[in-house]
Amino acid sequence: MNQQVKFYQTGTRTVGNRLLAPEQRAIQADIERTNSLNCGHRACQGCGEALGARYAIDAAMRAANNQLIAANATGCLEVFSTPYPETSWQVPWIHSLFGNAAAVATGIAAAMRVKGKPDVRVVAQGGDGGTTDIGFGCLSGMFERNDDVLYICYDNEAYMNTGVQRSSATPGGARTATTMPLGEHPGNPFGQGKSVPLIAMAHEIPYVATATVADLRDLEAKVTKAIGIRGAKYMQVLVPCPLGWGAASQDTIKLARLAKECGLFPVFEAEFGEITGVSKIRSKVPVEEYLRPQRRYAHLFGKTPRAEDIARIQAKADRNIKKFGLLDQGEA
Amino acid sequence: MLKQTEGSHAVAEAVALCRPEVICAYPISPQTHIVEGLGEMVKAGEIKDCEFINVESEFAAMSVAIGSSAAGARTYTATASQGLLFMVEAVYNAAGLGLPIVMTVANRALGAPINIWNDHSDSMSQRDCGWIQLFAETNQEAVDLHIQGFKLAEELSMPVMVCMDGFILTHAYERVDMPTQEQVDAFLPKFEPRQVLDPAEPLSIGAMVGPEAYTEVRYLAHAKQMQALELIPQLGREFQEAFGRDSGGLIRSYRMDDAEVAVIALGSVLGTIKDTIDEMREQGVKIGVVGICSFRPFPLAEVREALARVRSYVVVEKSLAVGLGGVVASNVRMALAGRLHMRGHTVIAGLGGRAITKVSLHRAFAGVVSGELERVHFLDLDTNAVNAVLEHEKTVRRSGPIAENVLRTMRLVGAKIL
Ligand SMILES: Cc1ncc(C[n+]2csc(CCOP(=O)(O)OP(=O)(O)O)c2C)c(N)n1
Ligand code: SF4
Ligand SMILES: [Mg+2]
Repeated sequence: MNQQVKFYQTGTRTVGNRLLAPEQRAIQADIERTNSLNCGHRACQGCGEALGARYAIDAAMRAANNQLIAANATGCLEVFSTPYPETSWQVPWIHSLFGNAAAVATGIAAAMRVKGKPDVRVVAQGGDGGTTDIGFGCLSGMFERNDDVLYICYDNEAYMNTGVQRSSATPGGARTATTMPLGEHPGNPFGQGKSVPLIAMAHEIPYVATATVADLRDLEAKVTKAIGIRGAKYMQVLVPCPLGWGAASQDTIKLARLAKECGLFPVFEAEFGEITGVSKIRSKVPVEEYLRPQRRYAHLFGKTPRAEDIARIQAKADRNIKKFGLLDQGEA
Repeated sequence: MLKQTEGSHAVAEAVALCRPEVICAYPISPQTHIVEGLGEMVKAGEIKDCEFINVESEFAAMSVAIGSSAAGARTYTATASQGLLFMVEAVYNAAGLGLPIVMTVANRALGAPINIWNDHSDSMSQRDCGWIQLFAETNQEAVDLHIQGFKLAEELSMPVMVCMDGFILTHAYERVDMPTQEQVDAFLPKFEPRQVLDPAEPLSIGAMVGPEAYTEVRYLAHAKQMQALELIPQLGREFQEAFGRDSGGLIRSYRMDDAEVAVIALGSVLGTIKDTIDEMREQGVKIGVVGICSFRPFPLAEVREALARVRSYVVVEKSLAVGLGGVVASNVRMALAGRLHMRGHTVIAGLGGRAITKVSLHRAFAGVVSGELERVHFLDLDTNAVNAVLEHEKTVRRSGPIAENVLRTMRLVGAKIL
């Protein structure tokens, strides 16, 4: 997805489908669409995770010729999609536990091999908590063995399903129910961070990619590519959560775009441990523009603004920009 | 075919005869030889069409097993002790999902203090997890229970744990009659689940079930175990017809016909107990044994019937319900509810691999016959050691790790001199 974008909307700098060549367009309403995550689910209005999963799994279905099985970790996606006796899934789907989606997928992939069904592709999916925290052991094991599984992490930067608690993917400075900004405390402490895409790359697996719901074509293209590759694949998709982030439900896409455009969420691809593609920032914005619309950062902009904390967040974005080369030469 | 072989290897061969399609392996003593053996057989092509997966933890082992079983593959794994505890969440999940996974538990004690030797604490900790739990008395029975186990699991859509004593059975070289592939194929049909993850027929498994249906789901799990109370003896009979051997079943009575005193136990210790009882019989004591093979489902009616004519009984068990007494004993007592005239004892024995000797059993059983044995008795307990610690702790209000406190109180090696 490295097509040079020549035209975009003024102000938002988004690129509408119409402005792209047909083969580059995201598939929205189409009778060919599998609607793998169908209507009836109970996600909040504007849920980035529901959107990301819908596009990711539909793209996976197309790429796999509808021969797909999905394993799901506990979390919002699982809970809102399968209120017994109903289900929104049009794909064979299993939920076992919070921390074992990668291993369950490994088991499914093994069964497909032994049953002589190599065409059936396997996806595991979960939230950031189910991936970067409790499911991390199983995930790393799946990578290390290079099992034929695409793992997709829908990253909304906290444990949303249990009421917005901090995970290892929660950024420094963010308020959650377990990292309240009280007194001197800045919200989530500024720790070392944990980039699971980089950790996945350290396993030198065939494919690692990040994406956001602001660029669904990019997400679809990466899923399609991943499904075509044998071995372990990892994708981390930034999916804003209006409820947990304290944002307006119509701002989901905008926030995802700003996260990328400010440098806090680098969008890239890597193969066998080497970065092979980076989505450049179209128009750099200061982190403030991304932080301000989210109530989880409101304390940074209160009566006594926490300039130091904002500067730390900006420094993180700047480090990303440098490290991943997110700006074209000359732009800074 | 008769052969002299190690228990673990015999079990590995039996599992191989069941044509497993996915085997997940993670090492823990005393289970290691089983999965090592299976790994070799898969590599050597002796088990065809089988994936052997070295996973990164027992939690992953059971999780991979959940995935492969839900996708329609006959799945096996083995563990013990800490490994079983590490996989607990997935153990319950496999049962809740009704997946017919078969797992060997090479019974071993639980830490702390860490201890690799045999007792039944690991399996007993999972008594309510929804798996069927069968306890083998000998290596022959371990072999046979695995073959029956797959059939039982798949008929009921419920996982089966075959429990065999770590080291005592797993590492013992004994004579085993190994069935042939043809015999096992004739006994064990192909695995054909009712629901399976299949793109041709998409369905969702593992949905969130609320208060309106959860009780019904749990009831059905219980009802299936109640069905197993009929199926287990039936499979035992079928097995006997096919293999010419009496193996498995719910319980097994020995010299109970005119017994006034009964010993109840499970696993390999039944051998020593039977020898002890034979000697007591020679002295004219009317004593018999009831061996429990199926601990889950627990055969309440059969135990009640087997103990119908005794005046006292003792449960010898390698597990401890801390703060209560015996685990097996509690279950036996439930079977005997209302029989107030019966005197019941619990003997906690063999914890952490302590040898259960005939001498000690004679002493304990004599106490049962005379009625002088404590209701909950710890066989061969070093009373000096424990009393010293208890006395000391009356005088100082400081706590600490129990094993190390013993050393300190007894001024033994490893402790700082007080
Ligand atoms: C072993 C275990 N611990 C805790 C939970 C409770 N729990 C369920 S979902 C969830 C949060 C999920 O967070 P995440 O994976 O980020 O997904 P999200 O809901 O944010 O999409 C937690 C903590 C659980 N189900 N299982
Ligand atoms: S809480 Fe967040 S992730 Fe969960 S359904 Fe609502 S918007 Fe989606
Ligand atoms: Mg989350």
